[in-house]
Amino acid sequence: MRLAQHMAVASDRVRATAIEATEFPDLSRAYRVMAVPKVVINDRVQFEGALPEREFLAAVLEAAGADAAT
Amino acid sequence: MAILNARDEQAVRTQFQQLDDPVKLVVFSQSLAAADLCMENEQLVREVANLSDKISVEVLNLAIDRERAEAYGVDQVPSIVVEGARDYGIRFYGVPTGYEFSNLIDAIIVASTGEPALTDETKASLAALAGPVDIKVFSTPT
Repeated sequence: MRLAQHMAVASDRVRATAIEATEFPDLSRAYRVMAVPKVVINDRVQFEGALPEREFLAAVLEAAGADAAT
Repeated sequence: MAILNARDEQAVRTQFQQLDDPVKLVVFSQSLAAADLCMENEQLVREVANLSDKISVEVLNLAIDRERAEAYGVDQVPSIVVEGARDYGIRFYGVPTGYEFSNLIDAIIVASTGEPALTDETKASLAALAGPVDIKVFSTPT
């Protein structure tokens, strides 16, 4: 969540939501959360575990690019 | 009974010395859904807010304050919106304990300073984003 919330402050386009997986079982099921932390960007790019800033950014850009392409 | 112990409070007070602009924590609760968790969430947020005079708290009801919830894009309880000079889009769903507690404190600080700890390269890439980016981070307290 740390990188996500800093990105939200850096850009008006970015929003970051931390979700406590055990308190929201329906959301966790919907997003197939098997391990935490799990990050889901624009409901299409996802990864498990903490990524360094550069890789996290790459995932954000991939998700944003996928949206722009549709 | 307090959620934070004296040592937690002292550690957070020290971190809050970095606060700059005021921060508002908007809490959404709903007594019919997850009443206990909502109460715990409200209490935790109030205890955190008590550690700095730059932090204010507003408690809203998801069912009654529907327009506000919609404006914030919040549809779950318990939840927290962390607002600094403007709404940066930072939300917490669920009571932020364990790891999420440190993230809440970090969110308050970055929303207050408006200065994200990111490389210039990352900031430049984010500034060029053409569309909305929604990041969900699922975690557990331990």
